[in-house]
Amino acid sequence: MSTHWSEGVFALFKQQGIRQVSLVPDAGHSRLIKLCEADADLRLVRLTTEEEGIALAVGAWLGGDKSVLLMQSSGVGNCINMLSMLAVCQIPLTMLITMRGDWSEFNPWQVPMGQAARSVLEAMGVLVSAAQQEGEVVPFTEGALRIAYNTFRPAAVLIGQRVLGAKTFME
Amino acid sequence: MAIDSSTRLDRREVVKALLRERGEMLVIAGLGAPSWDAAAAGDVPLNFPLWGGMGGAVAIGLGLAIAQPKRPVLVLTGDGELLMGLGSLATVGVYKPANLSIVVLDNERYGETGMQNSHTAAGGVNLAAVAVACGMERSSLVTRMDQVGALCKDLHSMQ
Repeated sequence: MSTHWSEGVFALFKQQGIRQVSLVPDAGHSRLIKLCEADADLRLVRLTTEEEGIALAVGAWLGGDKSVLLMQSSGVGNCINMLSMLAVCQIPLTMLITMRGDWSEFNPWQVPMGQAARSVLEAMGVLVSAAQQEGEVVPFTEGALRIAYNTFRPAAVLIGQRVLGAKTFME
Repeated sequence: MAIDSSTRLDRREVVKALLRERGEMLVIAGLGAPSWDAAAAGDVPLNFPLWGGMGGAVAIGLGLAIAQPKRPVLVLTGDGELLMGLGSLATVGVYKPANLSIVVLDNERYGETGMQNSHTAAGGVNLAAVAVACGMERSSLVTRMDQVGALCKDLHSMQ
């Protein structure tokens, strides 16, 4: 059995020297969050809203730390204006975004922001790749980390519900 | 609370006093007049003045304080800027980095847009009390210049 994508992504965080991981929790990220929590060299910062994570990343970068922001697609909308700081100051950040409102969604409230997440990010200058198969998550994350920290701009990986498994109303 | 106008704090003087003996203190200055206040006290590379990203100053300070735990970090911002990111006080209250201080220049107004009232106006939201409720027990309200010295001492005590 192959290992879960969270293991590979966590290994990349360590390889790339990520020091701060901020998040608003999402079920799709729960394994990765546990791995980060258990690592004494990573600072895990829980946020009240995703836009705090963008600002936190600015401070982290000013202080010499690379950081990653974990969120659900509904949080993308909360970040829009704050993303301007990354553009103006050429600050790198990698965002891993677990999708709702795409393949097989049951909750109508998730669909508008889920469907708009990619275009909203791109409109604010974020480089976006979307993983629709489990095997894509780790290489896409590696690519996002590289392009973010080598070219000083934000990059996001959307992790689709086909990878995560769609939630059902009964869960 | 009514404040006697003859003893009203002058923001430029307050910030000058706070930064006079700053040493290696890193300063994040929030969108609006706090950025001008910080620059007027000395345009130095240890300042990061914001001209956007409203509501983000405190969270920037938190990320910086975590990244540079041995250096004092001061977030200098206004009431309107803080009110837009009030949740970040809750986040700071949970992590409580010992090297992070927050000073809010609370003029009860949105100064950049025509001095419209903010929620702190006329006995409204008490930001010092909010900070205490978020876990920052050492929060206090300064209304007179003769209290600024003690605040300065407090800010620099971590150096």
